Amino acid sequence: MIALARALVGRDLLLAWRRKSDVATALLFFIIVASLFPLGIGAEPNLLRAIAPGVIWVAALLSSMLSLARLFAADHADGTLEQMLLGAAPLGVVAAAKAAAHWLVAGLPLVLIAPLIALQYDVAADLYGVLALSLLLGTPVLSSIGAIGAALTLGLRGGGILLSLLVLPLYVPVLILGAGAVEMAAAGLSPQGQLLLLAAMLIVAAAFAPWATAAALRISLE
Amino acid sequence: MTTDSIKWFWYASPQTFFPLAGTIARVCAVLAAILTVAGLYVGFFVAPTDAQQGEVYRVIFIHVPAAWMSMFIYVVMAVWAAVGLAFNTRLSFLIARALAPTGALFTFIALWTGSLWGRPTWGTYWVWDARLTSELILLFLYFGFIALQAAIDERRRADRAGAVLAIVGVVNVPIIYYSVKWWNTLHQGASVSFSKAPSMAATMLTGMLLMALAFWMYSIAVAMIRVRCEIAENQGQTTFSEAQPPA
Repeated sequence: MIALARALVGRDLLLAWRRKSDVATALLFFIIVASLFPLGIGAEPNLLRAIAPGVIWVAALLSSMLSLARLFAADHADGTLEQMLLGAAPLGVVAAAKAAAHWLVAGLPLVLIAPLIALQYDVAADLYGVLALSLLLGTPVLSSIGAIGAALTLGLRGGGILLSLLVLPLYVPVLILGAGAVEMAAAGLSPQGQLLLLAAMLIVAAAFAPWATAAALRISLE
Repeated sequence: MTTDSIKWFWYASPQTFFPLAGTIARVCAVLAAILTVAGLYVGFFVAPTDAQQGEVYRVIFIHVPAAWMSMFIYVVMAVWAAVGLAFNTRLSFLIARALAPTGALFTFIALWTGSLWGRPTWGTYWVWDARLTSELILLFLYFGFIALQAAIDERRRADRAGAVLAIVGVVNVPIIYYSVKWWNTLHQGASVSFSKAPSMAATMLTGMLLMALAFWMYSIAVAMIRVRCEIAENQGQTTFSEAQPPA
């Protein structure tokens, strides 16, 4: 089962590597959205410092969501997904592997690039660690919850817009805890509570979301 | 015991449920009308004027029951959806689908009356209070459920996909509520505290409970009417497709 998951993740990573522009687009979207806020609000350093955690997190949310629509679409179009459904492998493992690959392609780059955005927002250097850690814990939750939405809206017209309506309300706790952790640290308090809750959400999402995704895939491909 | 189980499943078929739904809808509609009149009478004429808020507080006779119903209906909807997934009963999906617009309506009414009350009392239509925010997100969840069902043409897939979404949503509702509550205390935004429960005159409570019962009856009546429409619509489609000459 582990070997199967590893093979699936490897395959998705290879596919993403062959089409690098898709990955780059999501990452550029993240950077552009984050760069728009100072233009709209004004470049007052204190203001930017105050809104930085929220802006970075919202941009991460949107960027991660945009790439969700592609999570199952290609496999659905060429019939691979149906073969996975028919195959002997538990569909939950397949769903977990797809979500993990999505995180590696769309979530991890955000974690790595976030300090650069934080630099633009003049965030104190000792907050970079908390910011990166909160994104590291939070973005996998986004991928696993988002996979449920992607599976439910598979092959629907207007799937992308619908997906955002389904998934964004469910992202609210992650946003609150993720941005909250950085704000706590900025206020000189310990962000431990938020980070631990994020970790708890990650564990719960990793345990249950793949099965919900599998159920949704079965329904969508029936 | 066996006869009991047979009776339960007897009404699980849409065709046999159709007349029963009609009866339930009629009874509940009458009860809803009577209870609304009684509740509004108690609320507007019997209940005393609030010492601090004046007459404005009377919006609670609609606001609080609507807020209760908005949350309760989502849970009921998710339970029916889960029953539908577990037992593969069409009727359960029909009830879940029929409840969603009523739930969204009550959520909207709760938000709307709340902001009408907030304007004279807090001096603003909207604050990012934990309850207001989570109620707003609940409204988004209802919209998501309705939009997903509307986007899928095939009924079986629409029902089952909606059911999965409702179950995922109901698991998330408490998490959303507590995270929003925590976020709110962290931000120290609105300096308004709901938490201290004011001692309430008995007539106020009576009015509120009467209105809550009225909303219950209304919800059941409307859901039953919607279920009847859905059944009739499906029935029409089947006979229509059967009437088609073989291609």
